[in-house]
Amino acid sequence: MIGLLTGTVLLLMGIAIWQISKIHQLIQNNMGIKKDDSQIATEKDNDLQGKLMFAFLVFIYLVTIYCFWNYTKVLLPESASEHGVTYDRLMWISFAIILFAQTITQAILHYFAYKYRGIKNRKAFFLTHNNNLELIWTIIPAIVFFCLIIYGMITWSSIMNFNDQDEDALIIELYAQQWNWKARYAGQDNVLGDANVRFLNDFEGRNSVGIDSSDPNGWDDIVVTQEFHIPVNRKIIFKMRSQDVLHSAYMPHFRAQMNCVPGMITEFSYTPTKTTAEMRMNADIAAKVERINKIRYNNSQKLLAKGEEALDPYQFDYLLLCAKICGTSHYNMQMKIVVDTEKDYNKWISSQPAFSSIMQ
Amino acid sequence: MKGKENKNLRIRVKMESKEFGDLLDDKNQSSDFHQDHHHKETFITKYIFSQDHKMIAKQYLLTGVLFMGFIGIAMSLLFRIQIAWPEESFAVYDIFLGKWAPEGVMDPNIYLALITIHGTIMVFFVLTAGLSGTFSNLLIPLQIGARDMASGFLNMLSFWLFFLSSVIMLSSLFVEAGPAAAGWTVYPPLSALPQAQPGSGLGMTLWLISMAVFIASSLLAALNYIVTVINLRTKGMSLFRLPLTIWAFLVTAIIGVISFPVLLSAALLLIMDRSFGTSFFLSDIFVQGEVLHYQGGSPVLFEHLFWFLGHPEVYIVILPALGITSEIIATNSRKPIFGYRAMVASILAIAFLSTIVWAHHMFISGMNPFLGSVFTFTTLLIAIPSAVKAFNYIATLWKGNLQFNPGMLFSIGLVSTFITGGLTGIILGDSTLDINVHDTYFVVAHFHLVMGISALYGLFAGVYHWFPKLFKRMMNKNLGYIHFWITVISAYGVFFPMHFVGMAGLPRRYYTNTAFPYFDDLADINVIITVFALIGGLSQLIFLYNFIYSMFYGKKTVQNPWKSNTLEWTAPIKHIHGNWKGEIPHVHRWAYDYSKPGHKEDFVPQTVPIGENEEITEH
Repeated sequence: MIGLLTGTVLLLMGIAIWQISKIHQLIQNNMGIKKDDSQIATEKDNDLQGKLMFAFLVFIYLVTIYCFWNYTKVLLPESASEHGVTYDRLMWISFAIILFAQTITQAILHYFAYKYRGIKNRKAFFLTHNNNLELIWTIIPAIVFFCLIIYGMITWSSIMNFNDQDEDALIIELYAQQWNWKARYAGQDNVLGDANVRFLNDFEGRNSVGIDSSDPNGWDDIVVTQEFHIPVNRKIIFKMRSQDVLHSAYMPHFRAQMNCVPGMITEFSYTPTKTTAEMRMNADIAAKVERINKIRYNNSQKLLAKGEEALDPYQFDYLLLCAKICGTSHYNMQMKIVVDTEKDYNKWISSQPAFSSIMQ
Repeated sequence: MKGKENKNLRIRVKMESKEFGDLLDDKNQSSDFHQDHHHKETFITKYIFSQDHKMIAKQYLLTGVLFMGFIGIAMSLLFRIQIAWPEESFAVYDIFLGKWAPEGVMDPNIYLALITIHGTIMVFFVLTAGLSGTFSNLLIPLQIGARDMASGFLNMLSFWLFFLSSVIMLSSLFVEAGPAAAGWTVYPPLSALPQAQPGSGLGMTLWLISMAVFIASSLLAALNYIVTVINLRTKGMSLFRLPLTIWAFLVTAIIGVISFPVLLSAALLLIMDRSFGTSFFLSDIFVQGEVLHYQGGSPVLFEHLFWFLGHPEVYIVILPALGITSEIIATNSRKPIFGYRAMVASILAIAFLSTIVWAHHMFISGMNPFLGSVFTFTTLLIAIPSAVKAFNYIATLWKGNLQFNPGMLFSIGLVSTFITGGLTGIILGDSTLDINVHDTYFVVAHFHLVMGISALYGLFAGVYHWFPKLFKRMMNKNLGYIHFWITVISAYGVFFPMHFVGMAGLPRRYYTNTAFPYFDDLADINVIITVFALIGGLSQLIFLYNFIYSMFYGKKTVQNPWKSNTLEWTAPIKHIHGNWKGEIPHVHRWAYDYSKPGHKEDFVPQTVPIGENEEITEH
């Protein structure tokens, strides 16, 4: 890591010094008979810059390979939701196309730059257009994009057009405010009570998501903070609200995101397929946790040396993050998601107090 | 028919020259323009309130590009340091941020302010006003063969409105609670409520006023460009003989006229919500223990209005850069631009499509998912003309005789980043794939490459190429080469790894990524990105030095240093009012007769009449 940095800096400095020496050389030359300070590229410049263009192609390839080699490990692990599997497949297909197109076009571009670097007294090939060629490179991208569009649209509508009257689905409200999340469960009746920010000051401010106490549907609603639990393999319908500014409920491991908009209720739905415990066993996640704990261990040593408390070791948990700029603590607006087995979930939810207990 | 047209054209040219004479209070009203009239010029009319397009171009270049660009890039370095080494103390923060960096540690609010103003300055001030302002002003009259812009006065007014808006924007950096900090997209309610963040007080008011003035400036400029290109072309300069630069500037101006007024309406409605208690964008809000009175508005409406400009805006930024690149690649390849008509067609297609793709920024904003499908479709359509342009550039290089002047290097660099950045657009433009990378660093990497870096390369290419026309001197090519190579290496070094940070799920605009442990292992990638950003940012000083040094001490230029075909190189080196001594040159061919068989030189300027038996090559 540090080695790479130093290497890069040295390389860049090398180029700089080399070029400066070239300037110096030119000045020296100018002392003599040959005087070329027209500041227009000469044959020599064309030769050097053309070769550098080819070197740059190699550089692009190396950066690409380096990034894929070293950074694939930081990417999100396999999806923990049902639709996420389709999402990931579409992503990798798109990526394959992108990488293919990128590799070919950059190669041709830089190779041509190298191959046709200017030579004195050579005339370029006079060519204004070629209809067949142009047709080919209009139609091929068009076909590829068309296929991607179709695939994308089918996936999109299968993700977004869920049946929100589904009786088996669990309904949860994600409630955003500067800078924390709350989750509201619909309770026994699986119907969320009406709510509005105008009720937030009811019950000495303990009505933390503004449930309308005159709506009986809301009496059994359960509001939780810090973390919320969901049962594995059951469809969840999220209803998002915000009380102040725009937020975005981002659950990267489930390939899920939806903005929270004050004044309206937005929706997203997914079915989690891996419990938190299962995900902790995932090889990618285990490796990630190990890396992070190594970093935390090193940081702890520094803290201890300063006489401060050491950091707790890190354990993986799913996260609900805020992805829409929302003010000072945007960077730390997160909530823990726990995916439980059905049994554990039922146990957890039955231990949470309902809204009616606040009303009394 | 043709003869009649020409006659009309001649009459028109005559009339315009006459008007121009009137404007300068010139007693000589003949169609031949005499430059040696004795028109008194003071320092103020020549350098400050100038109505000469060449001087206005220089004014835009110095204020819009060099000055604002310097500030915008410096800001990015400041917040990149914070991202790499979060919450550490730096002397540089102490110096530049003062009370916003207690004990040298950057405050989270000023972090958001820095990213907001960086975005605003780079997108609007540098790449919209700076780029178009410099090159449309310089090249439109010179390349179409006009004495000046249709209205020199409006042109001057447009620059000074731009100057005023820059001053207002920069003055917002000095208000008590800090400048606007809601992101450059200023989505309400965050931007509407001073209770929601400190930057949404006076700082935001100044932002909105500055943008309103900016839009006025931009509209005046755009109308002037359109009128000039349509009406003031010299004899023989038919639309399909226009250099691609002019096509790009013309279409850019048209997109600007269509979309900027919508941003003005969004800004005005936001001002109403902020200051006069209306509820266009606000509803059901509880902030700091208080229920606000707003009812019935929707932030989604603002997003629609904003992106109705915002998306065409990225084409307003990139099209001039592509136009500049077309011209420079053709000239330095010593070859005609490949597929001229296809290039014009793709500019027009991009312009049309650019106005119907805006909601791809809003797939997950809460709008109806059906709209998502529609906008996915139009968005991926726009990739087709973009791909055609990239392929045509590559085909232009094929079997050329490439002259690697610094402008040419930056043009090839543009094609490279335009491809790299454009390709990831396939992911972001697909509503499905957007779900999980929306508002992450993946987006930041994508748009910086495809519109930020690409447009900057176009800008640099243009400056290196037309510097002799602007300042009568050449820039130092070796410093240009160093500048180019350090810049391109750092640009990929910054933005290539950034895609991975985004795909790891890291949301953008986070003050620190270490508030909770999940992203701890991204720390060293962020350090690499920042190191490249620092190298790349600092290497711009080489350009700055080269620019300023060459302005005064550079090698004096010859009239047509790049052996180019276009009209601006037939004008005398010395800047004169009216651009050409005597009559305006007439045009007999398109701008791309490079290396045409049957000619001794490898270029045939547009002013050279078609020879006997010569094939006409206008495509």
